[in-house]
Amino acid sequence: MLKVSKSPWLLHYDGSSCNGCDIEVLACLTPVYDVERFGVINTGNPKHADIFLITGGINAQNEPVVKQIYSQMPNPKVVVAVGICACNGGIFKDCYNIHGGVDTAIPVDIYVPGCAARPEAIMDGVVKAVALLDEKRDQMRKEAAQ
Amino acid sequence: MQASVLSAVLYVILGPVAGGFLAGFDRKITARMQGRQGPSVLQPFYDLFKLFNKQALVVNNVQDFLVWGFLVFVVFTGALFFAGGDLLLVFFALTLAGIFFIMSACSANSPYSSMGAQRELMQMMAYEPMVLLVGIGFYDVTGSFSVKDIIHAGSVPAIAYMPGIFVGFLWILAIKFRKSPFDLSTTHHAHQEMVKGLTTELSGNILALVELSHWYENVFLLGVVGLFVMTNAWWSGIIAIAVCLFSYFLEILADNVFPRVKWEFMLKSTWIATAVAGVVNLLILTWIR
Repeated sequence: MLKVSKSPWLLHYDGSSCNGCDIEVLACLTPVYDVERFGVINTGNPKHADIFLITGGINAQNEPVVKQIYSQMPNPKVVVAVGICACNGGIFKDCYNIHGGVDTAIPVDIYVPGCAARPEAIMDGVVKAVALLDEKRDQMRKEAAQ
Repeated sequence: MQASVLSAVLYVILGPVAGGFLAGFDRKITARMQGRQGPSVLQPFYDLFKLFNKQALVVNNVQDFLVWGFLVFVVFTGALFFAGGDLLLVFFALTLAGIFFIMSACSANSPYSSMGAQRELMQMMAYEPMVLLVGIGFYDVTGSFSVKDIIHAGSVPAIAYMPGIFVGFLWILAIKFRKSPFDLSTTHHAHQEMVKGLTTELSGNILALVELSHWYENVFLLGVVGLFVMTNAWWSGIIAIAVCLFSYFLEILADNVFPRVKWEFMLKSTWIATAVAGVVNLLILTWIR
């Protein structure tokens, strides 16, 4: 049986991150880590993506953007919050402009903590997200059958 | 008659298999050139099945129809070619397929996909003269536009008479394969300035159909490359496959070596290549005969 998890295409969005986590996300694509060997493609297009990878917390300005991108992704989809800021706001938590983690805007499936999150941790998060994709696809099928 | 129908049917069945493996080896070789491990050779098939399993977000009704038109006419083009049909009709059908694809991108509201469509038109303008020269060149050498007659024309392959046209065709092949430096309208590489260009608004099974069409198209284009070395000897087929694979490798190499160019440079350089390699070759051919 061919699974969605065999070809996870991800979309990387930088919320209000300091770029630390973003550099680590891109490091996953380099020859050292090479996530493409699992079929992962960093697509720049929400309509082609299966995994929504967000770094940085949510503020008033990026909240509608994150919601928009999430709504544009076709099902099944999984959201991965990378870095402590995306998980709960991190050191910016108490800032006047920060709402908090990504889950204040959209439902998050996988949390990858760290400051910055290490490439190994990010890849682990993506692998967990990939397993969830299959689950969600099966769920979609069941709902369609009903 | 029966043989030509058989080869057309074989193309329809085996075309996507060959095209998928070509794409798989492309990704593997590209990864190795960049010092990476790369995905499995079967990865393009995984991607295709994944896309068929995704929810389709159709932006309008006409887009669906236009992408189907693209697929049907690409398959028609290839089937006609492998059945030994008329080369001119083959090339015109290919252009029609391209127009369907452009129209599907135009039908969406997204500025990225319209921009991709405009660039695709520019690419067509760049490569179309060379494609026609290939047809005329074959006619000049063999006295026929029919693919079947071209193969059985003699024991000397067409490439001996038109090496310039062959080089020109390899040049525009980079545009047709959507390889850097000419991958202006859409590309497989992430993060370009206009998202995914032509395919930005396509998703799920519709995107899978586009991918499938590209596989069919690539196999057909390599078929044209093979036509340059085909003769009536049986072993010329083996040489043709070797030349096709080598040409494909050259395109992958160019993809990894050169950065994307601006459309002005693409248009100018392609037309210069067409004029220098193609037209001069054709003039010499007419002159010596």
